[in-house]
Amino acid sequence: MNRQDFPLIFERSKLGRTSYSLPELDVPDVDLEQELGETYIRKEAANLPEISELDLMRHYTALSTRNYGVDSGFYPLGSCTMKYNPKINEDVARMEGFSHIHPDQPESSVQGAMAMMYDLQQSLCEITGMDEVSLQSAAGAQGEWTALMMIRAFHEANGDYQRTKVIVPDSAHGTNPASATVAGFEAVTVQSNEQGLVDLEDLKRVVGPDTAALMLTNPNTLGLFETEIEEMAKIVHDAGGKMYYDGANLNAIMGYARPGDMGFDAVHLNLHKTFTGPHGGGGPGSGPVGVTEELKPFLPKPLLEKSGDRYLFKDDLPQSIGRVKPYYGNFGIYLRAYTYIRTMGAEGLKKVSEYAVLNANYLMRNLQKEYDLPFKQHCKHEFVLSGRRQKKLGVRTLDIAKRLLDYGYHPPTIYFPLNVEEALMIEPTETESKETLDGFIETMLQIAKEVREEPELVQEAPHQTIVKRMDETTAARKPILRYEPKSEA
Amino acid sequence: MEFRYLPMTEDDKQTMLRSIGVNDADELFSDIPSKVRLKKPMNLKSPANEGDLKKELASMAAKNANLKQYHCFLGAGVYDHYIPSVVDHVISRSEFYTAYTPYQPEISQGELQAIFEFQTMICELTGLDVANSSMYDGGTALAEAVNLSAAQTRRKKVLVSRAVHPQSRAVIETYAKGSGLTIVYIDTNHGVTDLNKLQKELNDETASVVVQYPNFFGLLEPMKEIQTLLSDKKKTMFITSSNPLALGYLRPPAEFGADIVVGDTQVFGIPAQFGGPHCGYFATTKKLMRKVPGRLVGQTTDEDGVRGFVLTLQAREQHIRRDKATSNICSNQALNALASAVAMSALGKRGLKKMAALNMKKARYAKQRLEEAGFTIIYDGAFFNEFVLQLDKPVTEVNEQLLERGIIGGYDLERDYPNMSGQMLVAVTENRSAEEIDKFVKELGDIN
Repeated sequence: MNRQDFPLIFERSKLGRTSYSLPELDVPDVDLEQELGETYIRKEAANLPEISELDLMRHYTALSTRNYGVDSGFYPLGSCTMKYNPKINEDVARMEGFSHIHPDQPESSVQGAMAMMYDLQQSLCEITGMDEVSLQSAAGAQGEWTALMMIRAFHEANGDYQRTKVIVPDSAHGTNPASATVAGFEAVTVQSNEQGLVDLEDLKRVVGPDTAALMLTNPNTLGLFETEIEEMAKIVHDAGGKMYYDGANLNAIMGYARPGDMGFDAVHLNLHKTFTGPHGGGGPGSGPVGVTEELKPFLPKPLLEKSGDRYLFKDDLPQSIGRVKPYYGNFGIYLRAYTYIRTMGAEGLKKVSEYAVLNANYLMRNLQKEYDLPFKQHCKHEFVLSGRRQKKLGVRTLDIAKRLLDYGYHPPTIYFPLNVEEALMIEPTETESKETLDGFIETMLQIAKEVREEPELVQEAPHQTIVKRMDETTAARKPILRYEPKSEA
Repeated sequence: MEFRYLPMTEDDKQTMLRSIGVNDADELFSDIPSKVRLKKPMNLKSPANEGDLKKELASMAAKNANLKQYHCFLGAGVYDHYIPSVVDHVISRSEFYTAYTPYQPEISQGELQAIFEFQTMICELTGLDVANSSMYDGGTALAEAVNLSAAQTRRKKVLVSRAVHPQSRAVIETYAKGSGLTIVYIDTNHGVTDLNKLQKELNDETASVVVQYPNFFGLLEPMKEIQTLLSDKKKTMFITSSNPLALGYLRPPAEFGADIVVGDTQVFGIPAQFGGPHCGYFATTKKLMRKVPGRLVGQTTDEDGVRGFVLTLQAREQHIRRDKATSNICSNQALNALASAVAMSALGKRGLKKMAALNMKKARYAKQRLEEAGFTIIYDGAFFNEFVLQLDKPVTEVNEQLLERGIIGGYDLERDYPNMSGQMLVAVTENRSAEEIDKFVKELGDIN
């Protein structure tokens, strides 16, 4: 351990300390070792830390201060919609009648939970223009896979076994092609044109009798609205394929347009993006799937329905793709999304999109003075800049991102999408004030100036963080993925 | 109407519109073709104020029978366990819960280190070398394990014990359709995987054998015998799904030759919350390290030689490999992994073992009391904290009546095993007092 190293919890451990308070053994003791014998008894206890409650709190509190969340400051991580996470949501999710209920309790004893889920399903149908929603998928990627499995089941039900290909734009998120593979499809790429939109000619070239679906975000990954969406839907539908909407970017269009009205047959939503589920340091997410009437028979099991004033889970669904997750999905995240939708209503959600788009355009127009803007039209909720001008001066986008850390910002998404050189993908969200945006603009322009005048300041950034740049090469070449106690020797 | 999450004033808005060079915000949406424009307001409930909404949701919550008010003897994969108070205080630190995936290690050391510690704890419990940063849940983790075994062995047949959690099996089936695998179920004998049937199905086409330890009925599988069966099938992988609390007392699956161990850490610091979010874990051998699905945190140093942590071996993942990735997982259950790490730290080396033992001792007490009251316990094998009880009446009917008496009864096995009519899977955790157990036995006797 280096002098400056921050200790691991294992390095704070001292046998004999505790921070638990278990119930007493109030039943007759039994000799488990004798009963289970050598075969099943663990020889050595798992080496977990032994630490007092105060030291445990100090450890994790210190770790939290070595972390950065939306509550810490501006977090314009493109495509991730890092908006404010309302605190009432957290209070609701912790209500005992929601947090301490078992998924296999009799349905009569969880009607309140089921009512909330049903109401959320209805709201999501309305927001997306879909006919039915299943909340079950655990995250965006699982939602993609779930919807693709449904599309596959739909084609197979029609005896259409030759539809083996899923078309994804070159700008698509990596989960799109990965989900296509996991669902048993081959992913094929459609190119973007100079405006950053799907190239219709290329789409016509790749579409065919083997097309199962086109996966698309709209606005797309560049933050641009696919203006030819009706024509695209027609091309895909005429070929017998289905239109799949990746809801990662729904924050841009609520109340303005709905995937269902654009010709999409299936959508997934990210409740942890648009609908304020906290990102949790990487999850949990929630990725409900919405479909049109035609795909409804293939929805995953079980399906939540209402009969009279009772809610019930329906399992008898002969054409369903089956279960995609144990129980009913990430219920705790539904509570947060539901609370948010009820707080905002239709009027509020439309304003959310209005301000998400206003904020993004404001940043974009003020940053294009110093950074290359590959696509000039108005953006929606996010936009992509290119750091190629700075690269010519020897400073890479990675360096700019690291320099932002010195100024106290979480950097934008970098090097994505792949079809823009040295990409910086910026999504401010609607919850940021003008002052915050102005501060960020000023900083980005300052960094551009530094790139011209003192490039090494940027190249060697960050200077202010608790650790400097990490040796990622060694981390991957000689992986250390767990703590190993030092031998006493 | 004003919204507390939207900070722009009208003045701000006008200044910004001028700066952009448009007259109004609608101009920014002019690229949406009129035909696909939504022309009417969405039909949603009107915005609710904070106080009213909390009241309304509290009354919805009150309609549910919760485990704090009822005595819960239901488990079957989700359990009512002791949650140290520190857990919620830690995961409520907004530096943790409002952050995303730690792409920028310089400002994410807290999350990265916490996950590195979590990975270590999972390795300790399972006895394996490598654990990832989390999966959605135990069921999808198991499906990912099955997919990995098929990819690694280039084989398409997987043998799955019927004593694996029925919902996990259902999830495996759905994933298997996508990846074109054949699932062959192995029946049980006295509640554990039938070794003869396993042996009969096991051959050179078998990608993996999947068992649950302790299994769905609470029983300990014949792990040694399975290990022996697999000893001359070197390529076939041994996958187990394990309640990690049980592993605090039981011999870890790695010592029986398991190649992949998965499960759910809900037992550590995560409330039942109607089935999710919980937290899948995924552990495997060094050999399979570069095939693991999901994110991995690794230790390294910074430019000054200071220890730090980064996301590593990312060439496995979807954002690099796209359609060639080992899995499509992106978001995981990081906050739940943190909750479990805090709970495991609070329990510590001795506490975790003690908690596991308490579960076993209380379950044995309940079993004995039920037997004394004249109930038949179906299996007599070694078990953890669950056992199967035979009732005269249908389980659903009994459970409705137990509910009226303040008890959440056990799992109705007939739901998944048609020949197990009237059989209830009873779970007894450390949270059940002797008094509650006695009450359960008495009420059950009265009802049945």
